[in-house]
Amino acid sequence: MFGPAPSCGPQDIGDRHFLRYSALTILTQALRGNRGWQPVWRDPEPKPAYDAIIVGGGGHGLATAYYLAKNHGLTNVAVVEKGWLGSGNVGRNTTIIRSNYLLPGNIPFYEHSMKLWEGLEQDLNYNAMVSQRGVLNLFHSDPQRDSYARRGNAMRMHGVDAELVDRDGVRALAPFLDFDNARFPIQGGLVQRRGGTARHDAVAWGYARGADMRGVDLIQNCEVTGIRVEAGRVLGVETTRGFIGARKIGLAVAGNTSRVAAMAGLRLPIESHVLQAFVSEGLKPLIDIVMTFGAGHFYVSQSDKGGLVFGGDIDGYNSYAQRGNLPVIEDVMEGAMAVWPGLGRIRVLRHWGGIMDMSMDGSPIIDRTPVDGLYLNAGWCYGGFKATPASGYCFAHLMARDEMHPVAAAYRLDRFASGAVIDEKGVGAQANLH
Amino acid sequence: MRIPCPHCGERDRREFTILGDADPVRPDGLDTDADAMFEYVYPRTNAAGLHREYWYHGAGCHAWLVVERDTRTHAVAGVTTARDDTLARQRGGR
Repeated sequence: MFGPAPSCGPQDIGDRHFLRYSALTILTQALRGNRGWQPVWRDPEPKPAYDAIIVGGGGHGLATAYYLAKNHGLTNVAVVEKGWLGSGNVGRNTTIIRSNYLLPGNIPFYEHSMKLWEGLEQDLNYNAMVSQRGVLNLFHSDPQRDSYARRGNAMRMHGVDAELVDRDGVRALAPFLDFDNARFPIQGGLVQRRGGTARHDAVAWGYARGADMRGVDLIQNCEVTGIRVEAGRVLGVETTRGFIGARKIGLAVAGNTSRVAAMAGLRLPIESHVLQAFVSEGLKPLIDIVMTFGAGHFYVSQSDKGGLVFGGDIDGYNSYAQRGNLPVIEDVMEGAMAVWPGLGRIRVLRHWGGIMDMSMDGSPIIDRTPVDGLYLNAGWCYGGFKATPASGYCFAHLMARDEMHPVAAAYRLDRFASGAVIDEKGVGAQANLH
Repeated sequence: MRIPCPHCGERDRREFTILGDADPVRPDGLDTDADAMFEYVYPRTNAAGLHREYWYHGAGCHAWLVVERDTRTHAVAGVTTARDDTLARQRGGR
């Protein structure tokens, strides 16, 4: 329904008028003193009812709304968000995108996501600053090399790029690392060159704009306080701005999944945990890849603004607080110093926490629920950002057609009871296994 | 975050290791079925508020504790030993 558009200037969709972004638009606006820019999305009042409601205006919820409209022609849709759009984990992550997974249930899904990332900006007409700068996972021992070789082979068998590099290969990518650390000498790494980073907020904004353009109502400052269920099927949501009816409701509320699902009487295999992230002061270009040090658990990349963006482990205890504690901060800094001693004199500018919906096998859930018309998108653990496009794509497919998308077919809610768990790392929410 | 150990007094969180939710009770393996084991292993209440959880005081008295903590603020509301907690449960005290 979104046909070819002119390369610049306004564009009409339905009875509405949009500014399409391009270099020429920027130049024209500059010459007019930048007085012609319009709000990027509307701020509508909720209607009494919609065909579908997405609870949660984060990356996954907005992407779902976008693909419902774009792929399935469902535009009488609302996204209800308790805060402002993108105020949760989509604005709190470390912006990494990759598809270097091991298990057959995961690889096709994350590769689908990677392919969507590769065309995202053209698709959305929005600069999400997708940068395929490469992701490097270090290994430090023969068994770890074998394990990464196996992962790389699994990826290549699924048509995903993967490259096992030796010590010199790592040296070429990141010469400043401590190669002869006594405990974790660097022996090589697994590289996915198509991996990289994206501007996290812009992903939310791009999807929001794309959904709004197609008629989706993005309703902010509207907290869901109840889910109305009658005779086993959903009728709508109670919110702080009144009741909104819908026969299809999709939950994409990340760390608050258990709370919101409990409103419909569900008890899920999910625990909420806090994951901290950090950014340093702005620096000149220092590292041009995403580097992960799994043995000590520290990962880092550099934003276009110059800050080093990095993180490590979850704190390990259940939390809804969006802030962590000092022991994990210390642990992340120690990991950083172990692998990259040159970081010692760099100052940390900010740190924050996000609430992760840790599923019990560490893999996501995109499925129907026992309540008719209620759909669940959850369990993203600490890997939700990279999945944003495919998560929205597959959740929209499920909500529109009532069938699982083939690449997300393994993400069933009943897999915990049936035994078909997807234990990519075999840790899930269990703190002492991390 | 500091945890008041019943034996050692208030100590830094670094001295403790968390195991997780203290509410699920493991069924007797010889006297149960798959559904009850599933209920024990997977679903969680995951409360936003008071949460009872097992912590081990590894750098102190080596006792297993049940800590009641508010997951919205991390404030600790109460601590008892896992032994006393289990005895209380067996007596039907909670």
